[in-house]
Amino acid sequence: MAEIVLDKVSKRYPDGALAVQEVNLEIADGEFIILVGPSGCGKSTTLNMIAGLEDITEGELRIGGQRVNEKAPKDRDIAMVFQSYALYPHMTVKENMAFPLRLAKVDNATVERKVREAAEILDLTQHLERKPSNLSGGQRQRVAMGRAIVRSPKAFLMDEPLSNLDAKLRVQMRTSVSRLQKQLGTTTVYVTHDQTEAMTLGDRVVVMRGGVVQQIGAPQFLYDHPANLFVAGFIGSPSMNFVPASLENGALRSVLGDVTLTDRVRQLLEGADAPREVIMGIRPEHFEDAALVDAAALSSGGKFTSQVDVLESMGSDKYAYFTLTGEQAASAELQELAADAGSDDVPGDGISLVTRLSSASAAVEGASADIWFDADKVQLFDPSTGRNLTYTER
Amino acid sequence: MAGIGGADTTGKKVGWGLLNAVVVIYALFPVLWIVSLSFKSSKTLADGNFIPREWSLENYQNIFSTSEFTRALINSIGIAIIATAIAVVFGTMAAYAIARLDFPGKNLLVGVSLLIAMFPQVSLVSPLFEIERSLGLFDTWPGLILPYITFALPLAIYTLSAFFREIPWELEKAAKMDGATPGQAFRRVIAPLAAPGVFTTAILVFIFCWNDFLFAISLTSTEQSRTVPVALSFFTGSSQFEDPAGSIAAAAVVITIPIILFVLFFQRRIVAGLTSGAVKG
Repeated sequence: MAEIVLDKVSKRYPDGALAVQEVNLEIADGEFIILVGPSGCGKSTTLNMIAGLEDITEGELRIGGQRVNEKAPKDRDIAMVFQSYALYPHMTVKENMAFPLRLAKVDNATVERKVREAAEILDLTQHLERKPSNLSGGQRQRVAMGRAIVRSPKAFLMDEPLSNLDAKLRVQMRTSVSRLQKQLGTTTVYVTHDQTEAMTLGDRVVVMRGGVVQQIGAPQFLYDHPANLFVAGFIGSPSMNFVPASLENGALRSVLGDVTLTDRVRQLLEGADAPREVIMGIRPEHFEDAALVDAAALSSGGKFTSQVDVLESMGSDKYAYFTLTGEQAASAELQELAADAGSDDVPGDGISLVTRLSSASAAVEGASADIWFDADKVQLFDPSTGRNLTYTER
Repeated sequence: MAGIGGADTTGKKVGWGLLNAVVVIYALFPVLWIVSLSFKSSKTLADGNFIPREWSLENYQNIFSTSEFTRALINSIGIAIIATAIAVVFGTMAAYAIARLDFPGKNLLVGVSLLIAMFPQVSLVSPLFEIERSLGLFDTWPGLILPYITFALPLAIYTLSAFFREIPWELEKAAKMDGATPGQAFRRVIAPLAAPGVFTTAILVFIFCWNDFLFAISLTSTEQSRTVPVALSFFTGSSQFEDPAGSIAAAAVVITIPIILFVLFFQRRIVAGLTSGAVKG
């Protein structure tokens, strides 16, 4: 077991493309860290550099205090779980799991014992003599995990290990991965493009975009205090709503109506040198049916009235979708997020808004509804740089 | 395909069965004819009967009675096996490099090997004859093995690189992560998976070497290195008026046997789908 330190690590391909740019990351011993971002953000390249499958162009990688840039993967003592599982098809489950131990020239009795132990942890005991082709997706995934844990490596690297499973199994495996990691206490670096996995699994999450680390922090911290538009839009499902707004004499003017800035937001803005035109971000849960909000809150928050496009009742709460007339918030980050979600070519006029209302709300699809939002919870972003103007460490 | 419509499946089966039978008979009839000829005695050779009226091993005894044929058989087996082994070993290395690595001149290499495969062999016969005579390779085993390797390699490289491309690269990465050196990864993971491809290639190359007539007749002059296809053309009857058809038929049957054995022996290993289950299917 060991800590992993990335010190200004960069990757440049021979054609000049910069895949990863000066990543600084200190992963503590036993920590479960998630690299997340849209495809092509450099998260897998970063993982492969830690693994030793790709060369590091610049910077230094230390595992357990030792520089390992020049070491071959086999000398780094780390195990990896691949997205495709990469099981050896000509070997049985047992042989697959024993392979790393055999290469390490471990004696037969120990191999036998360690494989049994791993098989018990992963509930694979009755499948040991089968070939991977006869296993289900979930079983193959567990064999791949088993092959990683048998030799008790310094660290686990996981490259989207759950993305080939169907949705139900993925949720199930997510909890078992989390439990396994806690049980073994091994440093783990986990790559995913799924923000739900990132939120639920990791001790800390690293959000990447275009080879650059956007923000590093605990999942809840990233959700509450995104450093920029990209992190704000990427973390959270359904994602944050973005609306163009302008700051005028301590008031925020937008298609959601005018609101007076709360003291907290005003103080944050003063230190941030905010431009006049900003992008306002509000999470769906910070909206509420105006009829259900008490008078004091109602007066301090914003309020607008619009027709409900679609209403989804989840039982515990209701999701109401609106389309407001006006220009959509425009920024490079938001475009990239839309492209990643595949919604960049969906034609849409106006600003679409997702709100989460209490199940007691009387909102009806197709009818007009009065919606309130919490003015203290708005986040304001600089449209040109994407920086969060209301960012705070607390 | 079966079970789409209950009523017409039997009809379909009969139809396909008939068609298959026609194709098989069409393909195998000449072979059976040769077999039949080889068992006829010299008197009944030309009687036109498909089933010999008088079974005899006379032709087989004849061809094995002189060293002409047995020596040629030894030459053929030796030359074909050596050429196949060398071509497959080098072909495997080259194909692996082509499938896995990006190196300068890769496309050129592939292009040149394709060019060699398409080159009309007959235009090379006279230069090869001159070269081999001045090098002292004429009428020797290496004199045939070398051109066979040259023409078999492109075939081997092409077939094998297709097989290597089928093997998921992640398996090799996984082996590396599991602590294997590149050599161990190749020996213990890649080679076992490529085995069907290697055997398929070996069969194709062996058949190519075994069947060659052009080089064999141009680059040999004595029994020392003459292969069977050439030896057949030198068969004569016991007198100049006797037709050696019986002996040729017997020899043709004999030289078909190694090919059949070769294919049967390796067929077990040429099973498709060996790589299934490696990655998500």
